[in-house]
Amino acid sequence: MAWIDVCGSDDLQPDSGVCALVAGQQVALFYLPEEGTVYAIHNYDPFGNANVLSRGLIGDINGQPVVASPLYKQHFNLETGVCLEDETVQIPVYKVQIDGARVKVNSEASS
Amino acid sequence: MKQTLVVIGNGMVGQNFLAGLAASSAKENYDIVTFCEEPRAAYDRVHLSEFFTGKTAADLSLVEDGFFTANGITIHLGDRAATIDRELKTVTSAKGITVSYDKLVLATGSYPFVPPVPGHDRPQCLVYRTIEDLEAMQAAAKTGKIGTVVGGGLLGLEAAKALRDLGLQTHIVEFAPRLMAVQVDEAGGVMLRRKIEALGVTVHTGKNTSLITDGETCVNKMCFADGEELETDVVLFSAGIRPRDDIARGCGLEVGQRGGIVIDNQCKTSDPAIYAIGECALWNGMIYGLVAPGYAMARTVVADLNGEAASFNGADMSTKLKLMGVDVASIGDAHAKTQGAMVYTYQNGASEVYKRLVVSQDKKQLLGAVLVGDASGYGTLLQYCLNGIELPENPDALILPHRSDESVGLGPDALPAAAQICSCYDVSKGVVCAAVEAGCTTVNALKAETKAGTGCGGCVPLLKSVLNSELAKQGYEVNTDLCEHFPYTRQDLYNLIRVEEIKTFAELLEKHGKGRGCEVCKPTVGSILASHWNEYILKTEHLGLQDTNDTFLANMQKDGTYSVVPRITGGEIRPDMLIALGQVGKKYNLYTKITGGQRVDLFGARVDQLPAIWKELIDAGFESGHAYGKSLRTVKSCVGSTWCRYGVDDSVGLAIALENRYKGLRSPHKIKFAVSGCTRECAEAQGKDVGVIATENGWNLYVCGNGGMKPRHADLFATGLDKATLIKYIDRFLSFYVRTADRLQRTSVWMENMEGGLDYLKSVVIDDKLGLCGQLEQQMQYVIDTYQCEWKTTIEDDSKLKRFRHFINSDQPDDNVVFVEERGQIRPAVAGDERKHFTLVEVA
Repeated sequence: MAWIDVCGSDDLQPDSGVCALVAGQQVALFYLPEEGTVYAIHNYDPFGNANVLSRGLIGDINGQPVVASPLYKQHFNLETGVCLEDETVQIPVYKVQIDGARVKVNSEASS
Repeated sequence: MKQTLVVIGNGMVGQNFLAGLAASSAKENYDIVTFCEEPRAAYDRVHLSEFFTGKTAADLSLVEDGFFTANGITIHLGDRAATIDRELKTVTSAKGITVSYDKLVLATGSYPFVPPVPGHDRPQCLVYRTIEDLEAMQAAAKTGKIGTVVGGGLLGLEAAKALRDLGLQTHIVEFAPRLMAVQVDEAGGVMLRRKIEALGVTVHTGKNTSLITDGETCVNKMCFADGEELETDVVLFSAGIRPRDDIARGCGLEVGQRGGIVIDNQCKTSDPAIYAIGECALWNGMIYGLVAPGYAMARTVVADLNGEAASFNGADMSTKLKLMGVDVASIGDAHAKTQGAMVYTYQNGASEVYKRLVVSQDKKQLLGAVLVGDASGYGTLLQYCLNGIELPENPDALILPHRSDESVGLGPDALPAAAQICSCYDVSKGVVCAAVEAGCTTVNALKAETKAGTGCGGCVPLLKSVLNSELAKQGYEVNTDLCEHFPYTRQDLYNLIRVEEIKTFAELLEKHGKGRGCEVCKPTVGSILASHWNEYILKTEHLGLQDTNDTFLANMQKDGTYSVVPRITGGEIRPDMLIALGQVGKKYNLYTKITGGQRVDLFGARVDQLPAIWKELIDAGFESGHAYGKSLRTVKSCVGSTWCRYGVDDSVGLAIALENRYKGLRSPHKIKFAVSGCTRECAEAQGKDVGVIATENGWNLYVCGNGGMKPRHADLFATGLDKATLIKYIDRFLSFYVRTADRLQRTSVWMENMEGGLDYLKSVVIDDKLGLCGQLEQQMQYVIDTYQCEWKTTIEDDSKLKRFRHFINSDQPDDNVVFVEERGQIRPAVAGDERKHFTLVEVA
């Protein structure tokens, strides 16, 4: 369990995403200010084969928090990384801590 | 043992007969053989002029793939049946094939009548009947400038449209004192003439052509009995049709004095083994030159062969047409020849509308009608006429203009079940209702199930209203919610935002929605907010709403890099600007391509390079091209009268003015314009959402065209406009589209789904039927006044630039973006490429 200091909390974009480099991995961070939540998933879109998920639109589908890929619009659950359109596809998700004004990400994928 | 049935002629009626027979049980009793003189099987002659507006011979085909094989029908294509031996019961073709028959159906159709004027067989004197004729017209139009149609009837006007579509200066020469003399009365003819002339077609009536000879400035010269002359390259005869009865004459069948194969009510000729149907047949002294009566005859023969009692008892000759964008309709006794008939007329000189009702002496029955300029009442009037429905107390209410909400149309519920909805395929209201009952819930499903609306298409609005009424009766409700977060349509949300002055997604969600939103409602609301309030789309509260491309003001490509498209208004660009563009492309090693919209697209920019690229472009004088947005893209133009020998007006100047006016307007989907400087239409304006074409009489405005996956030819919306009126109409049109369309609905689909269609849109935009035009113009003016170049705003705001990096915590680029070289430029590497990193220019 390695917590890595990634960026300032003011570097996050409200209701939107940014990408951070965490121990050589690309991690997409999504910030929902109303709930005070930050989600972290891998930035790689396995359908479009490009590092773009941080630039997708976020929202919810049937109560699950999701990001829609900006390339071909598949949805990924932000808590589990499972693709809603194809449940055999799952992308890594990471734990996030807000420590004061800093954002920390655990570099080991938790799923 | 099977008998042999031979059908001579594979035109529209011959094919309709074969299709009817193939679908009936009588098919099992016959081996079927058909002769088709033309090199291709049946095609749609009614819509022949669409051949010049992009349709191919294959598009016009009326024969489903594999039809002949699937039904065991032998077709002899390109082989004319030449003789019939009634003793031996055989048919022999021009190529020498002889087939024995037990039953014979003549569907030989008609040929265009060419008046025996000296010189009628000169070069470029053509007729308008087959696809081969069209090809001859196309060839003649390539070298010619002027074309003249002889004949101002229905077909003549169609032919004139074809000549005009071919870019020829077009004349119509008519012997009678008015156009469409058979269908339209004198006053209607005057109005029709005015409208046709407003389209740039010159009309000569009361002209008797006496000679066609060598022209001085053109290939031909027409000399008229009154001494006048007309120089023309192409002469197109469209002076009526004559039945093709030569094969019937050759075998001694009874024919009429003026031609036509005599048939009885079962469509049998004087030989009971031989039937005749369509335009070659003479029933009760009449030749029917329309397709619907021909189809009725075909149905009669199919029924007779099935041993069912059937009878052809004449046919309704009512017609509704759009001739060169002008609506014309004629119903029943248009000339009030019935004893005691009374006439009501309505004439509106300003909007060029003429309507005439012919009613019975007791004013209870509609006998006939003429409509010019506005044929929206056709369906209702035809139903009154055909079904003998009693007229309202004041029949003139049916043709007088009425204000919104107040409808005097005949609701679908007032029609009896036997009422004929589609006259081409004889589909009754009862059949339509049964199909809805059986599960058809869309017009397209009804078309597939019943064939209604698939002939001339004139009954589609009525079909739709019957459908809606039946669906409503079944308690059917269509879910039009935008998504799970908002139980509203896009139009509802637009109205909520406008009326309640809502300025953010959060506010809208709190008041009218639930959950967090999704990739459907967020961009939709983002677009509406931008259309209405026109704030900077990357403002913090709007940023999370924007679609992929809008968030970085560039177009994401498959590898996650972006393309950059600066605005090049009207496609006009100074050499130094072009050089500046080239320098940026070269410096950042971008793949460079010219777009279809007359601009330059630069591909392969990483997200972190976008601000620097745009800084240089803006310094060079460029601004955002909004290629990333659902917004105005380009206004394409031809070079226009400034340079072109044929140009009528300054298309480039207008294109630039329009592009500058509407740039940045956020809309339900992208919008494309084009402006052509003459009717040769080099800018392809008729394939755009908004198309403008210069004519001698002013600008013609076309709307709701589309290229792409489902091309749609634009509709002629208004003609002969000055620039101020043109802009006023476009302002209103676009504002109305932005307000009422669904998300991601292009203007073409918007129009096709609009109740009342083009006529309704005209009534809103031109006649201000809804009293909205003031608001619509005001809204557009607000958007124009608050325009900003989003890229300029962005590069001037450091806080906005923070997002333009791949990593929030590192300056490294994305190592998954790899380019290889192809034809001297970069392209994204694919599996199998040697993945070689390019040296990319580093940007501070």
